[in-house]
Amino acid sequence: MDKIFNHRTLIALLVVFALVFPLIYADNRYVLHVMTIGFIFTISVYGMNIIAGFTGQLSLAHAGFFAIGAYSLGILTTRTEMNFWLALLLAVLITSAAGLLLGAIALRTKEHFFAIYTLIVGYLIYLLIDKWDGLTGGIRGLIGIPIPDPIGPLNFESATAMYYLVLFFLLLSIFIAVRIVRSLTGRTYIAIRNSEELAQTLGINTKVNKLISFVISVAYAGLAGALYASLTRFIGPDVASTNMVFNFLMYLIVGGIGTLSGPLVGTMLFVWLEQFLRSYQEYHLLIFGPILVIMVIFFPTGIVGGFYRIKAKLQQKKVPKDNKYFNPVPAKSTKK
Amino acid sequence: MDLFLQQVFNGLTLGSVYTLVAIGLTLVFGILHIPNFAHGALYLVGGYVTLMVMSATGVHYFIAIIASIVVVAVLAVLMERLVFHPLRNSPPIHDKIAAIGLVLFFEALVQLVWGTEYLRMLTPFDNNISVAGVSMTSQRILVIAVTVAVVFLLTLFLKKTMMGASILAMAQNREGAFLVGINANKVAMMTFAISGALAAIAASLASPINLVFPAMGHLVILKAFVVVIIGGMGSIPGAIIAGLVLGLTESMGATYISNDYKDMIAFLLLIIIMTVRPKGLFAKGVY
Amino acid sequence: MAFIEVKGITKKFGGLTAVDSVDFEIEEGKITAIIGPNGAGKSTFFNLINGFHKPTSGSILFEGKDITKIPVHKGAHLGIARTFQTTHLFEQSTVIDNVIVGHRLRTKSNLFDAIFRTRREKQEEDKAYEIAMASLEFVGMAHLADTPVSTITQEAKKRVAIALALATGPKVMFLDEPAAGINPEETDGLAQLMKKIAASGITVCTIEHKMQMIMGMADKIMVLNQGAKIAEGTPDEIKNNPVVIEAYLGGEAIAEVN
Repeated sequence: MDKIFNHRTLIALLVVFALVFPLIYADNRYVLHVMTIGFIFTISVYGMNIIAGFTGQLSLAHAGFFAIGAYSLGILTTRTEMNFWLALLLAVLITSAAGLLLGAIALRTKEHFFAIYTLIVGYLIYLLIDKWDGLTGGIRGLIGIPIPDPIGPLNFESATAMYYLVLFFLLLSIFIAVRIVRSLTGRTYIAIRNSEELAQTLGINTKVNKLISFVISVAYAGLAGALYASLTRFIGPDVASTNMVFNFLMYLIVGGIGTLSGPLVGTMLFVWLEQFLRSYQEYHLLIFGPILVIMVIFFPTGIVGGFYRIKAKLQQKKVPKDNKYFNPVPAKSTKK
Repeated sequence: MDLFLQQVFNGLTLGSVYTLVAIGLTLVFGILHIPNFAHGALYLVGGYVTLMVMSATGVHYFIAIIASIVVVAVLAVLMERLVFHPLRNSPPIHDKIAAIGLVLFFEALVQLVWGTEYLRMLTPFDNNISVAGVSMTSQRILVIAVTVAVVFLLTLFLKKTMMGASILAMAQNREGAFLVGINANKVAMMTFAISGALAAIAASLASPINLVFPAMGHLVILKAFVVVIIGGMGSIPGAIIAGLVLGLTESMGATYISNDYKDMIAFLLLIIIMTVRPKGLFAKGVY
Repeated sequence: MAFIEVKGITKKFGGLTAVDSVDFEIEEGKITAIIGPNGAGKSTFFNLINGFHKPTSGSILFEGKDITKIPVHKGAHLGIARTFQTTHLFEQSTVIDNVIVGHRLRTKSNLFDAIFRTRREKQEEDKAYEIAMASLEFVGMAHLADTPVSTITQEAKKRVAIALALATGPKVMFLDEPAAGINPEETDGLAQLMKKIAASGITVCTIEHKMQMIMGMADKIMVLNQGAKIAEGTPDEIKNNPVVIEAYLGGEAIAEVN
């Protein structure tokens, strides 16, 4: 049986909860909006988890790609009045293509160099958006991004409809991430994270595999960015800022990097926490910064990893002594 | 021609600041193999402490700088002890994430304590001097002079003292240094202290020109990374040369190409270099 | 045609010559050992054959095919496996999860298969699992399959690393100091395992410091000193070779051998 999402009932309950949520808060656009934003960020963080959590390459250009997705959709729909769905598809493809190009270059660098390189690429994307007035509207941003075009009788004018649309993409994203991680392809990525040298001697083409997982991760960011643009109807250069990528990283670390449910747990937790602490906006990071530091030192696999560690201990399984990096993923196909 | 000389001079000033920040970064990297993303936070705190000491006590600029050096050096050592030391055996992603956590914390802290507005740092060196038709504030001359002095003293320290020799030995061969009985903990703390002190000096020197504000560390640290990579991780001469080259390029670029895009120059330069040489321009080719 | 033929291989790092024009042949199905003092260039020699380093000059032929310049992962596809001094296993995972990926290079499932969980994906996953179990069985570690790597002994880790290499379906295995850091009885066990591997038709080439183990097990020994080959031959020839005794073995080592 699976270990991570092992309680099928729990997953079913969560999905049912997500489905009936808008019925409970039918009149509360604000709550639905926050939830929808949370889902969008979760998609992006799942993408980050694939490259950083499973393949082990910390990419700090993720917000840049989120922004490329958002601006692609924004520009295509406002400037060319392209059909929304076609624009959405194109936004993901454009972002993936940008990822393929940048990844092919960036992945020639390793570890620290890769992190620095991607941080700088991300910043460069931000500067480009900020300065390239003619295309992006510069600091004024892009306004009037349309909501999704109706599909037959389905229209997306209400907050509830947007919520369901984003929920659909979230579930699809999680499903694909789980499928990838629990496949031979996922094992390949984890082998690279563990040791590139060893992976190569096992006949794994690390370059190609790193690039593919980078492009997948970027495609997630592009999808999330495009959905974000359509939800908020307005985007500015801030979506590409380093603060954005640091936020994604924080959600991932606190939720649990390299776990399958960590991105969901971490993102939803923080998105709501930020809402509850809205009156203390300036002081968020005063607490969140140290949380990040404490998490990586004492709970490197985040809430989800910590949960499984405690659970395994309670079940008297053989848990590595004091092994805070213990992370039972992937725990599959070990048939009995 | 005057404009050109003026830009050379501005470039040298800018380059001096990059050099000071980059030397701290490169020392920490060469010795501990940590790309310290939190270095920008040290720079930030350095600027604010100098400013606050001056305005609160009215002491001379130089005394405020010394106070700032002490505070930031202690802070850097604390960082090493409390954060990077416990993480020394963790997977390579974790120390970078911790560093990012530190950046977020310090920026928020600075905003909480000192607010978000841009502050001016007034120094006794705001008079204009004219040399060979080039007009400049004496602050800019001070930046260059102090940088030269600091680099000279640092080189002396590294070459002539036991502690300095240990730092260099560890930069060259970590395991080897262990074998000859160097106290790795002491060296690590010392290295962080030096890198903090350099960041404080750089921030204190640059602030009268660039103002003091919570995001002041962002661009500087990113550019210092560019300098470190171009100059080769762990190389002090590399950091000096690359820092000056970057300063001059930016100053020329701002004048002769476009002021809007001047911040992109460094990053484009780096992207081109890393595309051609993934390990940096002067990386040692040993496996 | 020799199985593996190394011709005049040299590797320089800057001004340092780590391996100095070494000629060497490895015979199929035999156990070959490479010995030499620390810094003699043994690991570099391995890294050259393995493809981690590209030689400054010289060439390497594997079954008559020039493999001098091929990337590491392609060598694995041809049937070259190796283990490392530090096993590089993923400590937080179970033994079986570490070994399953060994068969990955013989599978074809891609991203599409993963997402749609195609029949090919399922079949190949099953196959990878079976081969991993068989490899663990072979090295005598099947009973630890579901144990996290971080809880097993050093010797068990070495055996699991060998199982992982076996799972790639190799023709030849390069073992980098497999007996380092384990006790004498376990060393005997490992020697037996290497003989078993050779007997199963897989050529074994090992770097080792434990003389007694080498002398009792190897068919052929090459001695490296300061990057150059100073002798090669059977264990008896090596034991009595005056050059070896003088340059490398010394009084202490001879005492150990006899």
